[in-house]
Amino acid sequence: MRKKIEIRESHELARRLRDLGGLRAPSTLLPAVLARVGLADKYWTVQSPLGPVYVAHSSRGITRVSRAASAAAFEREYRHRFGRSVSPDASSAPAAVRTRVEDVAAPAKGEVRFDLSGLTEFEQAVLKKALEIPRGQVRPYGWIAREIGHPAAVRATGSALAKNPIPLLIPCHRVVRSDGHIGNYSMGGARAKKRVLEVEGAEPETIERLASRGVRYLGNQEKHYFCYPTCGGINSLLKENHVRFRSEKEAFAAGYHPCGDCRPAAAA
Amino acid sequence: MRTESRGSPCLDVSPSLQLLEGGRKGSMNDSPAIEHRLTEDVDLHFEAMVREHQDRLYAFARRLSNQREDAEEIVQDAFVRAYKALKTYDAERIRSMALRSWLYQITLNVARNRARGRKPVTETLNGEALERHADTAEGPHAKLEASRRRADLATLVAGLPSRYRAPLILRYVEGLKLEEVAQILKQPLGTTKSNVHRAINALREAITRSRREMRWNHA
Repeated sequence: MRKKIEIRESHELARRLRDLGGLRAPSTLLPAVLARVGLADKYWTVQSPLGPVYVAHSSRGITRVSRAASAAAFEREYRHRFGRSVSPDASSAPAAVRTRVEDVAAPAKGEVRFDLSGLTEFEQAVLKKALEIPRGQVRPYGWIAREIGHPAAVRATGSALAKNPIPLLIPCHRVVRSDGHIGNYSMGGARAKKRVLEVEGAEPETIERLASRGVRYLGNQEKHYFCYPTCGGINSLLKENHVRFRSEKEAFAAGYHPCGDCRPAAAA
Repeated sequence: MRTESRGSPCLDVSPSLQLLEGGRKGSMNDSPAIEHRLTEDVDLHFEAMVREHQDRLYAFARRLSNQREDAEEIVQDAFVRAYKALKTYDAERIRSMALRSWLYQITLNVARNRARGRKPVTETLNGEALERHADTAEGPHAKLEASRRRADLATLVAGLPSRYRAPLILRYVEGLKLEEVAQILKQPLGTTKSNVHRAINALREAITRSRREMRWNHA
């Protein structure tokens, strides 16, 4: 009897001791540790076609590009968004980052690493795909959705791009509505988006004009393939030498096959 | 005392903490163990290591010292020491190390160094009630009562002689296997076993004593 009570008490004590675990470390711990070992998040101020922007990075890569009104506003916004503080980086931005932000039209030099932790796998896939769109070109939201294997998730793709923490460097501005409208932009609306596209040489006015006439694709009459209007393959040809298609169905019906560079449709 | 072994505590890290490298879902399975990633680049993966281990080390330090500020400083110091050490280790050494045990060892050393020449401090009910505890399903009254009971037990644990305190916390609060506790304390398994046993007995006595005192106070 006494033995039984002892065992029951032991179980109770073990349970209560286990209950002493399960503590969460204070949220101040991680930032303090990172700051002490020199791995805390830092930011540079870099000139862009839209004016000065703040470019923040962790030890793992670029975390954020923002057009906040002031350094203080940026630091506040950053803390709110990531739950950790950020401070000015004493060293200047590496050339790979600076050239990409300063002159979006110039060919990119060097490699830039991104820290996309905190985003879902889907959001990461969308942003990585956007990185593949060449400068001077645009793709519709549906293209990204199809390319990452979720052809129906066009709306979710739009949300993921709208949440892009690293605009300019991850070119979400190169993704437009499938009806050709330039669409929204977190860095200052459609006007800012057009401005960046112009600097890149994408001719947003031409894109919108074609779209308003219902033109979605251009076809190469000699080689019988069709492209998105901004595809390098078309631009490099004589602009007069192409046919216009309103849909991929129309292009396929005319005996054209999708371009291998801009992949405007899944091959039939 | 039955010593059935519980699952390794590293398995019940909350899902939001597992994430970091590969996206919010299932990254634990996609990315190799943190030890392995650290061999590639300490700076790149150090944050993930801190996130993975900070809760258990904090609980350990907190129960050793029974002081919130002390616990946070102890764990901070431990991670900084770990970082400096990792930066000097070559890949082979990092790959072959038992990272979790090693981090507990560092934390224990930091805590011992700080405690030297200091009177043990115990925390009041107020401090304990503010504790960010994982279970929040209880109602406010039950929560306060549970919190008070936790505080009382934590105080008794923190009052144990130091040779008993660490093994008891590692075994029962952190839920480690005896073998790992022995490894952390750098003791033969038999020594650890008997220390854990004595620690439980000492704690029981302390509980009985404190109940008796409480009755006296209320009489």
